[in-house]
Amino acid sequence: MALMIAVSLPLLAALLCWIRPFRAVAWGITVACLTLSFAAAVFIASRILANGIAIGIPRWFEADGLSILVILLVSFVCTLAAIFAGGYMHHGSQQTARLWWFYCNYNLLAFALIVVPAFASPNLVWVGVELITLFAILLVGFENTPTALEAAWKYAILTLMGAPISLLGFFVLYWAYHMSGGGTLETWQGLYASASTMSPNLLKFSFLLVFVGFGAKVGLAPMHTWLPDAHSQAPTPICAVLSGIKTTVPLYAILRLLSVILASPEARIGNWMVVIGLFSVGIAAFLLLQVRDYKRMFAYSTVEHMGIILTAAGFATSGGEWGAVAQLMNHSITKSLCFYTAGAVLVVLGTRQIREVRGLFRLSPFAGGALLLCSLAIAGAPPFPIFLSEFSILSAGLRSGHNAAVIVLAILIVLAFIAIFLQVNRMLFGNPEPQSTPASVPGSVRTAILIAAAPVVVLGVYIPGPVHSLMTLAAQQLGGH
Amino acid sequence: MASAQTQLIEGLNALDAGLILLTAFAMVATRQVQGVMRFFIVQSVFLAISAFLIGFNRGSIHLLALGVITIGAKAVAIPLVLKRTLPDDLYERREINQVINIPSSLLLALLLAIAAEFLVGPLVSASTDPVVHVNLPIGLAGILIGAYSLVARREAIPQLVGILAMENGAFFAGVAIAPDLPLIAELAIAIDVILIAVVIGVLTRDITRTVGTTEAATMSELKEEPYIWR
Repeated sequence: MALMIAVSLPLLAALLCWIRPFRAVAWGITVACLTLSFAAAVFIASRILANGIAIGIPRWFEADGLSILVILLVSFVCTLAAIFAGGYMHHGSQQTARLWWFYCNYNLLAFALIVVPAFASPNLVWVGVELITLFAILLVGFENTPTALEAAWKYAILTLMGAPISLLGFFVLYWAYHMSGGGTLETWQGLYASASTMSPNLLKFSFLLVFVGFGAKVGLAPMHTWLPDAHSQAPTPICAVLSGIKTTVPLYAILRLLSVILASPEARIGNWMVVIGLFSVGIAAFLLLQVRDYKRMFAYSTVEHMGIILTAAGFATSGGEWGAVAQLMNHSITKSLCFYTAGAVLVVLGTRQIREVRGLFRLSPFAGGALLLCSLAIAGAPPFPIFLSEFSILSAGLRSGHNAAVIVLAILIVLAFIAIFLQVNRMLFGNPEPQSTPASVPGSVRTAILIAAAPVVVLGVYIPGPVHSLMTLAAQQLGGH
Repeated sequence: MASAQTQLIEGLNALDAGLILLTAFAMVATRQVQGVMRFFIVQSVFLAISAFLIGFNRGSIHLLALGVITIGAKAVAIPLVLKRTLPDDLYERREINQVINIPSSLLLALLLAIAAEFLVGPLVSASTDPVVHVNLPIGLAGILIGAYSLVARREAIPQLVGILAMENGAFFAGVAIAPDLPLIAELAIAIDVILIAVVIGVLTRDITRTVGTTEAATMSELKEEPYIWR
């Protein structure tokens, strides 16, 4: 029941924002509904820790440990991004008359993001992932400038092109399931159960199609080209959602399917995932070195982290799975903080160019401090959570004998670390340009940054018991146990 | 008697598959926006016919419903949606710019169709159903040709139709290999397809108003300056 509430609240919010008398208070409605949705998700998580599964409508909406972890992350990031949007959009947007429409579309996006992990049936997951893509398109182009529309168009074409390819992938999955005598495929659980009897060739073909189709939405190289464009042009709260969550939700679907494939004894493709993941990390690490726009910098860092998660899942050991889940979670909370900070810097100085930002510490100690914190955290410095998850991924790789992959991964992570710090160093220190007059950071932006920073600081030194057992549960389900 | 009827239907389905491939080629060969749109509608009707034929053969209500949904969504709703959201001049008398000229494009499309046949050849041999042997390769060919026209054409509406034609290809394979998909999933996919048309339609309208052209080739401000491999 709580699951249905968590799923339907954003839909309700979208409806309310659309009704004319409520348009003026669209922000309040959005924040209230998404907060309630997050509270419902926390409640479901506590139930799942006790019972193992939460059922909304049997065979339609079911959540296990992995799904609820993703739902928690989605509702957390969406709520904070909505709070952030309050000050940011009213301050920075040229389209203030259409803000109700922004919130309406934003709630639809939040709905699609929450519903994907809540779906029990793989074909509905396809529908949900397509809805995410569609609802995000108009938000990317919200500012209606030529460059924003260009970014939206690139994003639309590249990601929608993947839709029919992954659709055929799901059809083939059905076919494989049907031919193994399974009848009609209804849930992920049913798929795990018969993975070993399904034809490995069909499974591989199906996974290949879904991987290409959804990989474009995740932003895996070489299908990542939409990602930096969309992130530099979209309103910053949308960037936080796109980078923190919108890339991880299709990745969640890929990982679910991957665990099915890995359960089939003859269709071993783990090493391919390691190679493809490392390719993404490599491309991102080198592009990070020469980036000129700090929002694009964080976008490339997303490509890097998606590659790391895929590599960890490709190790196909319980350590790798734990690392993948931890990295997925840490990336979501840290990357959304990065974009709230980038938004604050944009409000303060009004430029996205790295070379035009100098001496941020002096201009705005708050934005400067937040930028230092979030870049340390996203680059993987100790004692932040990403350091822990990257460390556990590297050690899992060594334990499973992927020594070469671990060495390459470690080198690329260090390279990305250096690249991010070369860029951020230029922004934080030095003398500010004399004519620059910094604006103050709006209250809701400050609030969002402070709340988002709390888990980033805490989870690096102390993981609370329930969070740890939820992560362990999610890692087990990722391994198909 | 029943077997003769089955064979007739399978023959008709094979004919229908040929027509689908032919409309895919026609979309590559057409220069007018309106013409591309028309061939897409024709292709959707052929897709529905295949769903009807296979549904009749297997006694599957789902596939008959899918045929009706396909006609409703792709042959009626999407053209209407696009007519309403887009300005008329975008539709009429447009010559589409292509990166590769039409004869070479047709040759490439033919190669893609042959490649599709070879790609799924080992997979379909697992099935004894002749419908699968026809629909899966042709469906994959439809996807590949649609993807090609998407890459080669630099105009908003033909790119949208390219995506929708890829969707037709996926469904053409789907009616043969996944006939027992729940109806709700089929409905959801149909709604999804209409939403694609709405969103792309609105985006195209905004682009025409702001930029003044829908040629994707002119939109190239955003790029990473020195690419590492250049």
